[in-house]
Amino acid sequence: MATSQTRTTERLTVADRVELLRYMLEMRGIEQRAMTLYRQGQVPGSFYDGFGQEAVSAGSAFAMAAEDRLCILHRDLAAHLIRGVDAERVFAQYMGRCSGLTDGRDGNVHFGDRRLGCVGMVSMLPDMMLVAVGMAMAFRMRGEQRCALTWLGDGSTSRGDCHEAMNWAGLQRLPVIFILENNQYAYSTPTTKQYAIDPVQRAAGYGFPGVSVDGNDVEAMFAATLEARERAIEGGGPTLIAAETMRMHGHAAHDDMAYVPNELVDHWRGRDPIELQERRLVDLGVDVERLRAEVARTLEGALVRAREHPMPAPSSARDGVFCEGEAEALGDGLARWSGYA
Amino acid sequence: MPQLTYLQAISEALREEMRSDERVFVMGEDIATYGGAFKVTEGLEAEFGSDRVRDTPMAEAAIIGAAIGAAVVGLRPVCEMQFSDFVACCFDQLVNVAGKMHYRQGLAVPIVLRLPSGGGFSGGPFHSQNPEAWLMHAPGLKVLAPSTPADAKGLLIAAIRDPNPVCFLEHKNLYRRIRGEVPAGLYETPMTARVARDGDDMVVITYGGMVWSALEATEDLEGAKIRVLDLRSLVPLDEDAILQAVRECGKVVIVDEANATCAAGAQVSSLIADRGFEFLDGPIRRVATPDVPIAFSPILEQALLPQIDDIAETCRELLAY
Repeated sequence: MATSQTRTTERLTVADRVELLRYMLEMRGIEQRAMTLYRQGQVPGSFYDGFGQEAVSAGSAFAMAAEDRLCILHRDLAAHLIRGVDAERVFAQYMGRCSGLTDGRDGNVHFGDRRLGCVGMVSMLPDMMLVAVGMAMAFRMRGEQRCALTWLGDGSTSRGDCHEAMNWAGLQRLPVIFILENNQYAYSTPTTKQYAIDPVQRAAGYGFPGVSVDGNDVEAMFAATLEARERAIEGGGPTLIAAETMRMHGHAAHDDMAYVPNELVDHWRGRDPIELQERRLVDLGVDVERLRAEVARTLEGALVRAREHPMPAPSSARDGVFCEGEAEALGDGLARWSGYA
Repeated sequence: MPQLTYLQAISEALREEMRSDERVFVMGEDIATYGGAFKVTEGLEAEFGSDRVRDTPMAEAAIIGAAIGAAVVGLRPVCEMQFSDFVACCFDQLVNVAGKMHYRQGLAVPIVLRLPSGGGFSGGPFHSQNPEAWLMHAPGLKVLAPSTPADAKGLLIAAIRDPNPVCFLEHKNLYRRIRGEVPAGLYETPMTARVARDGDDMVVITYGGMVWSALEATEDLEGAKIRVLDLRSLVPLDEDAILQAVRECGKVVIVDEANATCAAGAQVSSLIADRGFEFLDGPIRRVATPDVPIAFSPILEQALLPQIDDIAETCRELLAY
């Protein structure tokens, strides 16, 4: 299932591989703390996390260049961190405080920092596939060597937008990457009730490659995305990457996921993406414990500061429905991979 | 000043704005090689090429979604729904993605959606609708509905330059029927109401195709001086102009070609009841299409859409009140 490991290690330095682990640890650390905040009543609404899926967003976002553009979904927090959003703002966002992300207008991971080249998701997830297609179309029209990337879920594959996006992207050979984050369940609905045939096979029908990747292997995700990106900017068109993974928590905090067989959870628990990357790095002599402690310290500090962010003023609730000034296009994010240095 | 049809004025706005701003491009179904179902975009592909005048797959959600994507990376897409009825197919993109983007994250979505709308030619239930109320109800969308060639050109240019998603309703029944003076060159028409004909015995408030029906219905009505207020823009709604007209005229008839419930006219009526009550010399009267799909057979269609006689009769009743 995984793409070539030889190729992966050739393109990643040890420092890169440590960074990939760091982003996964940060994502998990932020979401675990946020879940506690939710239970303490400090995160309104519900809370959604990507526990067990950290490799999907970390590996793929790490392969993207500063000038690329991303539509990031709710189990892809690591992508935000890689683009340059820090933990403090994420905590403030979860609590509905002023964060510079949505300032309380939307919750959870429903945000994208426009200055970092990210479009915030809507709850109708495959909508974002079409937005990514439009960004890629604009890149093509202007003759730019840039790429758009969006994630989608296994449930998204049933929606018409998914078809419209893949058809349009294939037809115009657009520089866009679709990452199907197959975490086996759309809320309580298993993939067996979602589709008859593995959706990765659909890519061929739209005229572009579809590849299955071990979504719990962050380096495999990086390698597959990098390859797709290189093909895209060379004019080779889109790629569908099916990242096989597992949603290890309920759909949201309220969901005990009693509908998931225990054996399935046990199977995937043995394939934790963070533990996998830690084992690799320990073999390379990296002090993983130190990294963990460092991340924990960073997050504790971020949380303390986030609590000091003000709540939005009630008088601001009606502001900003319309843009009153000039329309500003998305800015560039950070490109973390050493290959872009 | 050159005389243009409503349709020619829209074409000219597209052409001139595309000449002046290379970020502007148009896309839609059958709009490039074929020139569009109504030929609004005819000749544009020859001048600007197939990259800026794009035939799309038959996928309305994709048209809006792709426009949003192109807009947030710096382009200025102008999309055509072949008929406004098909906006239902891309409603999610429009309402949930485009309309809420700036409020949620400060990201502007400068797109224009051209919507050939309205009935009167046996288009039937899927080629005759007036979907403006659907759009008005969704926060974050501007909704324009010009009635004259000059306003169609100026409002379309204003829409393209606006940093927000703008739904531009162009009434199909005006395309070739209405001709008028249109200033040459680039200009923006403000998104405010206009007095189509002055008067102070009564005001008929309407927009789009019904402006012409209202003018004809009230041209010679028992010698009464009847003002016709052409809203031009539904979002933003020119509340000051509406209240001023009520204050100066005292009697109000509101005409929608759209289905009556929650129509633009219902909003105008509510505004007047709320903030113009003391100016009224009679009940607020409405003329609108009943809440029925637009029927195909001409005799049925005419029984549904507001006719000139319906408007005249309502005005007569109110004058006598």
